[in-house]
Amino acid sequence: MLLEVKDLRVEFPTRRGVLTALNGVSFSIAPGEVLGVVGESGAGKSMTGAAIIGLLEPPGRIAGGEILLEGRRIDNLPLAEMRKIRGKRIGAIFQDPLTTLNPLYTIGRQLVETMQAHLPLSDAEARQRAIGWLEQVGIPAAAQRIDAYPHQFSGGMRQRVVIALALCAEPQLIVADEPTTALDVSIQAQIIALLKRLAREQRTAIMLVTHDMGVIAETADRVAVMYAGRIIEIGPVRQVVRHAQHPYTAGLMASIPPLDRKVERLAQIDGSMPRLNAIPPGCPFSPRCPHVFERCRVSRPELMPAGATDAACWLHDQPGASA
Amino acid sequence: MVAFVISRLLQALPVLLVVALISFALFTFVGDPVAAMLSQDASAADRENLVRLLGLDQPWYVQFWKFISNAVQGEFGLSYRLSRPVSSLIAERAPATLELAFCAAAMTLCIGVPLGIFTGIYKDSWISRLLLTVSLVGVSLPIFVLGMLLILVFAVQLGWLPSFGRGETVQIGWWSSGLLTASGLKALILPAITLAVFQLTLITRLVRAEMLEVLRTDYIKFARARGLSNRSINFGHALKNTLVPVITIAGLQLGGIIAFAIVTETVFQWPGMGFLFIQSVGAADIPVMAAYLLLISLVFVVINLAVDLLYYAVDPRLRAQR
Repeated sequence: MLLEVKDLRVEFPTRRGVLTALNGVSFSIAPGEVLGVVGESGAGKSMTGAAIIGLLEPPGRIAGGEILLEGRRIDNLPLAEMRKIRGKRIGAIFQDPLTTLNPLYTIGRQLVETMQAHLPLSDAEARQRAIGWLEQVGIPAAAQRIDAYPHQFSGGMRQRVVIALALCAEPQLIVADEPTTALDVSIQAQIIALLKRLAREQRTAIMLVTHDMGVIAETADRVAVMYAGRIIEIGPVRQVVRHAQHPYTAGLMASIPPLDRKVERLAQIDGSMPRLNAIPPGCPFSPRCPHVFERCRVSRPELMPAGATDAACWLHDQPGASA
Repeated sequence: MVAFVISRLLQALPVLLVVALISFALFTFVGDPVAAMLSQDASAADRENLVRLLGLDQPWYVQFWKFISNAVQGEFGLSYRLSRPVSSLIAERAPATLELAFCAAAMTLCIGVPLGIFTGIYKDSWISRLLLTVSLVGVSLPIFVLGMLLILVFAVQLGWLPSFGRGETVQIGWWSSGLLTASGLKALILPAITLAVFQLTLITRLVRAEMLEVLRTDYIKFARARGLSNRSINFGHALKNTLVPVITIAGLQLGGIIAFAIVTETVFQWPGMGFLFIQSVGAADIPVMAAYLLLISLVFVVINLAVDLLYYAVDPRLRAQR
């Protein structure tokens, strides 16, 4: 396994007590694999990504569990060690390309400094490679555009630059946090296709955080569904989309409007996700679940085999049951 | 670029003209120079003679035109109080004020900016909290109180530094410098500190606030995610992004230091332009006051131009909009 996350717990100390933002999150990513992470806002998807690259916003902190990169723990590394992993072994792509690039430096300079921070390259070599990367991500006339500033590019072009920046030190894993959310729909498909192609060519694994099931279905090999700081279902993307085993996932899939027929009313999940300070005991989804029974309200289900996926739902603890 | 400089200079012209008009109006509305210049027993004929000599019988716009064309040539007439050309009075006093102002400005930037960066990066350390508390005192302490406290401690009680004056000066052409003699340097310390403290604490707090703001941005987070060193993030990426507002305020402050050195110069009997101005106000010495006003507005115009040019050097986005 390239990346293993085991029982990760992230806490935010606040004046009114400690909030647990992530609780018992476990998953792994194989080399070259694309893992999609979906969920509503506040479910903890972005926070999982931030914890992996060691950039949780203070006062958030990892309060338990382990993160292993090729078998070596990286969640408790000193800052200087972690710096060598960021960019070099785990790259990152952020949501809004308009704000992720430093407005005062040319994109070439930003590429060169990133490569030189991790690879023994001379200025001329780094510049050559920077032009190469810009060509790779589809910036036209890269040799001329390398000395342009971020504001001289459109949003889609800037996200291509960000992708080049994430890939330029050749990391094994990229944490992409909503990489297409801020872009026009027509650009989204291009960026996803680009990301997918480069990941395949470079054998780079991707953790793709998004709330867009369409992007996930298109791109991911496996998908993890998060709810209230937990993974509630994880499995091959095809299985999760077609045969969701957790009632929440099933509800999510049902709420995607079908294109081939007209529906009077879109399916929806009643209620909303609990606040972090008011997560019910037992299964966090139990207050909204159409299949809830007594056990769900008192004890919390862990991920368990359910059909072709793993789901955290007591329905699957009974022989022969399904959601 | 050249077009930009020229357009800014053209924009500055109306400003200077309005200030000139105000300075000129001083002559008309404040006191009667003829009465002040004539002796008690002068006759009506003497008076008319003098009025004609001074051009005061002309309409106001002719007088104003003469005032401006003289001012452009550096000619501001005679001081009522000292009966000497105003231009040479100011030329004598300017070096003292400028040396004091630039020492204070250098102190402000060389201490204030690093302190601001430090307190911005290590915002939770106790040293930062201490510095911020002390800076609050600096911001709120009036300059004259600080000046007198410094005199009391370092000049009166400890006797280390002189309490007034400029010490020995060295004449270099028309410029008299106190920077080349030991007594001149010693005399400079207290007034420079007095003048710098307020500006220094202000710039510290400004740089800190800007650093905190910039360190929260996505591009700094992304720079961290790219694995850049802290040094390069803090000084390369963050500091440069704080510069535009800092340059603006620093420019205004430099103008302020030159223009409002009046209080400090008075407290330390510093023989500069501010002290000259205060003495002139006391004696209703209009030509000196008018010249001082014009000179200070010119200083502000020049500094603003320099600030605008620095924006260009720092921020490529501004270059693109032209």
